[in-house]
Amino acid sequence: MKKNKFSRFFRWIEGGQKDSLEQKIDTGAEIRDGAVPPSSREKLYALLEAVPENRKKMENMEIRSFNRLYQVLCVLVCVIFISVLLLTVSYLPRFGGDHNPDNNEVAQRYIENGVAETGAVNLVAGMILDYRAFDTLGESCVLFTAVTCVFVLMKSLSSERTIPLTKDIMYDMSNDVILHQVVTFLFPVIMLFGVYILLNGHLGPGGGFAGGAVMGAGLMLYSLAFGEEKTERLFNERTFQVVSTCALSFYCLSKSYSFFTGANHLENIIPKGIAGNILSGGLILPLNICVGLVVACTMYGFYTLFRKGGI
Amino acid sequence: MEIFRIILLVTLVVCALSASFSKNILTSIVIFMSYSLVMSIIWAILQSPDLAITEAAVGAGVTSVLFFITLKKIRLISTGKKETPHEKE
Repeated sequence: MKKNKFSRFFRWIEGGQKDSLEQKIDTGAEIRDGAVPPSSREKLYALLEAVPENRKKMENMEIRSFNRLYQVLCVLVCVIFISVLLLTVSYLPRFGGDHNPDNNEVAQRYIENGVAETGAVNLVAGMILDYRAFDTLGESCVLFTAVTCVFVLMKSLSSERTIPLTKDIMYDMSNDVILHQVVTFLFPVIMLFGVYILLNGHLGPGGGFAGGAVMGAGLMLYSLAFGEEKTERLFNERTFQVVSTCALSFYCLSKSYSFFTGANHLENIIPKGIAGNILSGGLILPLNICVGLVVACTMYGFYTLFRKGGI
Repeated sequence: MEIFRIILLVTLVVCALSASFSKNILTSIVIFMSYSLVMSIIWAILQSPDLAITEAAVGAGVTSVLFFITLKKIRLISTGKKETPHEKE
């Protein structure tokens, strides 16, 4: 009996769970006597049987009141949020007005001198990778941080309760003939398209993010069709780490160098070339490649993390 | 062209509403996919092809695949036999 008592005590200490019989049973007598007389034990069992129903009732009432509170709070928060947003909208300047803050000399400057200053025909690429390259570095870092957080989360989850992959045959499309054939034809085309968007970022629409997303989607399609083992020959955890770290470091170093030397561009090292050529635009092309690699790695990394809890 | 644009916008609204109101989560995701596809066509019409490419790759491709995998992980997609998702839990 003594041992039993202590075990309950330790369970309470460890689990922190509330004793359901607290304040319902007079335990003082037990402690004094050191043993429970049979009559009181019977009482205890009767109480034990009675407790769950009472508890259920109490819990139900709690849940009901919580639900009511939840609904009221939902409506309240929504109304407050909507009214704040509407209030803010009413203070905004009229769309397309002449004196709007966005109608300043910056856009004019970009449009007039953009091609000459950045060497990129695609003005958007010139803006985000030359004038505003520091912002793009932040965006890449956000993506990298996101995938790291998911990595930590999923890794700890999957190590606790691993879902066996052998039961995955129903969902594993490795034996699907149609998917196999289609992917055999489509995968090179998709990857080529991604590389094209990546390399043409400073000449046409697209750029690092779009090209990387297309390449990541292509990798995911390949992995869906042929399984992880074949994809791992091309892309495994080591590749992921090396590629994304190298790309981010290169981006960070090249851009912070130019920012720490007074925000002058690195014109001396890489010439801008003739606008319209593939090898032009100075640093834009390598930076585009870096962003694309990071995005492709992140996309595929997300997929594998969700799929099996590790790259 | 104007009619095409109106059709696209109406499809967008219908997709958005039905994605949130449909009972089956799987159907919801497929509708969400088509929403992204329509959205990417609208981006292309609005003369921003880079956004169209990104929307098609991320919205219609990657996000939906992630949704599917998550549904599979939490066992909400049935194995193809006659089983409603709720029965399987």
